[in-house]
Amino acid sequence: MLQMSVNSGADAAPKGAFARTLAQLPEGEAGVLDRLDLPDDIARRLMELGFLPGHIIVPARSAPGGEPRVYRVDGSEVALRRETASRLILRPSKGAA
Amino acid sequence: MSDCHDCDGCAVAVAPPPLHKGARTHVVAIIGPPNSGKSTLFNRLTGLRQKVANFPGVTVEQRVGKAKMDKAKTPHHSEVVLVDLPGVYSLSPRSEDEQVTHDVLAGTMPGIPKPDALLLILDCTNLGRHLVLAAPILSLKLPTLVILNMADDLKNRGGHVDTAELASELGSPVALVSATKGQGVEKVFQFMEGTSAGTTSLAPPRVELPILQDIPRCRQWAHDIGTGAAYRAPAPPIWTRRLDSVFLHPIAGPLIFLMVVAGVFQTIFKGAKPLMDGLQALIQTSGQWIEHILPPSIFRSLLVDGIWSGIGAVIVFLPQILLLFLFIGILEDSGYLARAALIADRTMSKFGLQGKSFIPLISAYACAVPAIMATRTIENKRDRLATILIAPFMTCSARLPVYTLIIAAFIADRPLIGHFFGMQAGALLGLYVLGFVAAIATARLLKSSILKSERVPFVLEMPPYRWPTLRSLSLRLIDRSKVFLRRAGTVILLVIVVLWVLENLPVKNGQPPEIADSFAGMIGHAVEPAIKPLGFNWKIGIGLISSIAAREVIVGTLGTIYHKEGTSESVGLREALRSDLTPGGAIALLVFFAFAMQCMSTIAVVRRETGGWKWPAIQFAYMTFLAYICALITNQVVRSGIFT
Repeated sequence: MLQMSVNSGADAAPKGAFARTLAQLPEGEAGVLDRLDLPDDIARRLMELGFLPGHIIVPARSAPGGEPRVYRVDGSEVALRRETASRLILRPSKGAA
Repeated sequence: MSDCHDCDGCAVAVAPPPLHKGARTHVVAIIGPPNSGKSTLFNRLTGLRQKVANFPGVTVEQRVGKAKMDKAKTPHHSEVVLVDLPGVYSLSPRSEDEQVTHDVLAGTMPGIPKPDALLLILDCTNLGRHLVLAAPILSLKLPTLVILNMADDLKNRGGHVDTAELASELGSPVALVSATKGQGVEKVFQFMEGTSAGTTSLAPPRVELPILQDIPRCRQWAHDIGTGAAYRAPAPPIWTRRLDSVFLHPIAGPLIFLMVVAGVFQTIFKGAKPLMDGLQALIQTSGQWIEHILPPSIFRSLLVDGIWSGIGAVIVFLPQILLLFLFIGILEDSGYLARAALIADRTMSKFGLQGKSFIPLISAYACAVPAIMATRTIENKRDRLATILIAPFMTCSARLPVYTLIIAAFIADRPLIGHFFGMQAGALLGLYVLGFVAAIATARLLKSSILKSERVPFVLEMPPYRWPTLRSLSLRLIDRSKVFLRRAGTVILLVIVVLWVLENLPVKNGQPPEIADSFAGMIGHAVEPAIKPLGFNWKIGIGLISSIAAREVIVGTLGTIYHKEGTSESVGLREALRSDLTPGGAIALLVFFAFAMQCMSTIAVVRRETGGWKWPAIQFAYMTFLAYICALITNQVVRSGIFT
């Protein structure tokens, strides 16, 4: 239920600009994380794994069916479900460094 | 704690006996993030001189061992006590693992003295991220050795770090180590010699430590430290990428996964069989041998039918446990287990579980005991507990003799679909489905009630592929066998002996009584009113009591009661049951066995794995309640004649 509402974009892009989530980033394309739209506790856990604002994340292979997907971040590979990845908001692609 | 007396490793951990005045034990804790090679290093330093228990009151496993020191250099401590802490990324106590780590380091963990020194182990192929943990550790101001593990990987993949510079930045000694290969381990021993002799002096870090709550700032701090030590990250692991393109291929990946799962299942289901039969035969023959050399008496019966067969009931699990853990060891150490969990996750998430629950649950079709032990690979505590609680619903091999006997006695073998699939096969399949449905329904119930997580996300780190080492595999097998024999085996043995007492006392004219007149028989009669609505009589009541030892025991017990051969192929026993039980009672018995937790070994293992009697008690009550209600409904429905 949760992931559907997020995917439909109901609560996305509060800044007005079109902000993509990590779940929408195609395999192999680099994105820069802007913020984690998650409760503080969960966000901290992901940050400890390298999902920090400003870090580059590259989606890699996924399980059959498209999720969970492996993400290359901060020197390691971590798999997330779509419901989590869709809460990680990326910077607009121009800002990708 | 009371059951610790039989090992030498724990004496120190539980209550350190002062050997000499002033020479109190020197405790060194090993700390590091998950996948940093902490346990490998711990095994390197201690070898077989270790013991496993749970930290008091929690499911977190506590491993304490001893490292032998050079007597000439450390006159006061010939050995150092090593505590392996759970893998953590920070010291803020949010999870059970972090709480345990926090408590041990603060010296508030009961039974474990505050560590005198620390070994901080970090994966140097990922130093930027792992160095973050150095900040809270160094702020503890304990003598600390920073161990950069996987040094061989770093070198092979073109990475570099200046250890001398890093040491002066951090104010702590730094050692490059490869724990799997044993390279650089002597530096760890040198450090422990220094701390135990009290010759190590603390140097303040040259760099300022960051504010620990601010993760981005800590990460930046770690980056700056790495840059200062000329850290060059290694190239990505080429072989891991190549292997992932096969193992996580959209088509080949799932196929390989299914083959691996089928292999695991086949091995523990079929491969363990000859070994188990062999062990059973050995116990039986030696039991008979004891019977021959001793004069007949009640004590001989206690020795042979009670204690000796109890020992047999314990060791008969070893082949399955060893084979399953050999497999899991290879899968986990090679890195494939994380990939398998990734592939299975989508399916398992539909039941409120996750990918890592898959292999334990499949194993439970052979036996819940090794399966529950295998849940240790699930890091998320709630998912692990949910998996433990539903595993006994899977139709294990011990249910088969009961199913075979009752189905053969009460269900006519008429063709159901064609000639190959008859009513009897259909009934057996139905029982498998019944167990599976109960398992997933329970999983959903748990995840929406008592195990409702605060939406902890599924996070799975993908370690690089590595060759499993023989050393690590064999240590794991020894470790698991010891844990099972000591922690679960004692309970199983005790229950078997108690059951023997119930079935063989009170003595009549110096002879053991007919089973109907024994304590077990009395209990059977006493519970008859309660089980009568299910269509069971007092004989089934005795059978149910005896089957607490193991489900299949009911077949032998019923044989004794009816004076027939007590096997599932026994024609005489089938006829006796047919004339004594109603069809409703018989089908209800099948349903009862599908749901009830009639297995002391499972209860003992759940107790050991969850660190107390609370969960096995809840589980036993829940499963027995479910079995009772469903058997009751079954009997009433069949009796009412809806299906005839």
